Amino acid sequence: MSHYYESHDLGKFGEMANGSPELWQKFLAWYSAVFAEGALSEREKALIALAVAHAVQCPYCIDAYTTACLEKGSNEEQMTEAVHVAAAIRGGASLVHGVQMRNHLHKLSM
Amino acid sequence: MAEPTLNKLRVPLADPKVQLRQLHALAIERSFEAQVAGAGHPELRADGIQVLQINVGKRCNQVCHHCHVDAGPDRREVMSAETVDHCLRVLAQTDIPTLDITGGAPELHPEFRRMVREARALGRQVMDRCNLTILLLPNYSDLPEFLAENQVEVIASLPYYLPKQTDAQRGEGVFDGSIEALRRLNDLGYGVPGSGLKLDLVTNPVGAFLPAKQSQLEAEWRRELARRHGVTFNSLYTITNMPISRFLEFLLRSGNLETYMQKLVQAFNPAAVNGLMCRTTLSVGWDGTLYDCDFNQMLELTVDHGGPRHIRDFQIAPLARRQIVTAPHCFGCTAGAGSSCGGALAD
Repeated sequence: MSHYYESHDLGKFGEMANGSPELWQKFLAWYSAVFAEGALSEREKALIALAVAHAVQCPYCIDAYTTACLEKGSNEEQMTEAVHVAAAIRGGASLVHGVQMRNHLHKLSM
Repeated sequence: MAEPTLNKLRVPLADPKVQLRQLHALAIERSFEAQVAGAGHPELRADGIQVLQINVGKRCNQVCHHCHVDAGPDRREVMSAETVDHCLRVLAQTDIPTLDITGGAPELHPEFRRMVREARALGRQVMDRCNLTILLLPNYSDLPEFLAENQVEVIASLPYYLPKQTDAQRGEGVFDGSIEALRRLNDLGYGVPGSGLKLDLVTNPVGAFLPAKQSQLEAEWRRELARRHGVTFNSLYTITNMPISRFLEFLLRSGNLETYMQKLVQAFNPAAVNGLMCRTTLSVGWDGTLYDCDFNQMLELTVDHGGPRHIRDFQIAPLARRQIVTAPHCFGCTAGAGSSCGGALAD
């Protein structure tokens, strides 16, 4: 059965260079620099990426950064907590819009 | 009751030829030999023999899920006393500085203590690749004292500082036993600064991924083992899982074989080639057959470039400059930071 997202398609990511090699190279250089050890460790960056991957719901990124987190030394508990951070921010982001609802409610209500 | 080995189950994958067929059937863009040539080694050759690594047999009290030996309690392969004598004679007639004893659980071998004593009497460094839980078995409870008296370097397997991951790889209850054994070793001075008794730990990833950076994990293991269990050690070695035997069976069963091999190939690190352990190690099988490393031994890839093939026919000159026998599994030793029995090669 065919799916919109196929895990092996991640291997074709480099084909994005075909349409614009220059932009692809710039993206790669920037991407590599972002994930290099800096003020944050590579492990911390991989955990952030894993959380963001869940927030943006990118299956390719989830696969890639699950592996990356393990290879940077994170364990299942740490990775699960990172996903909960993403989920909490998504849930909290919905809930905090309740303030908008309440503002408008009060404006309309007697 | 321990799980049966692949050998006991008589599954086709227990046969090294079937394993090699699986590895050679994979689509690999550039062969290991071509990659190594590109790294400045047109032929991968030995550069002396610094370590005589003897695999005394496949018997073990554990059945670890990643074991490239397919070792376990149901294995019967054991090195004969005559072959042990050949190994000790080679040590006596050469200046090979290190004897590395592995298995299975090498301490189960009836000649283990004789090997240790005689090698130490020759002034050689002796390493014992220890699964830790062996030290708790009733007939082996004096082993820590024996190892300490003979100043044997203990290389102990401990994949993680938490029970869940350790038991997932090595079997239920192994973590608790391992910590108890480590405490006994610490009590004798092993892993304690200034004692002269060296205790190194080995971690293999608990799954189909590469090990994290060795220096980073070592700092973390040191902190967590001390904090949680009061355990100390000298060094931590990261070792990449090899697509051989039980780990190969896991890769096939879990649908990870292609992606794992692809990862090993894509992570080829030319900087790891120079320090590959096969270049300075000679591996001896339980029946005396010679190999370039313990992984080649399990795939039954004997030394095959002009040197003698059995320890009784040992000659240092051809073996010290022999060409190394390679196959796709060798990418496991060159991936990322590289991997060897002494840990990462380019951390």
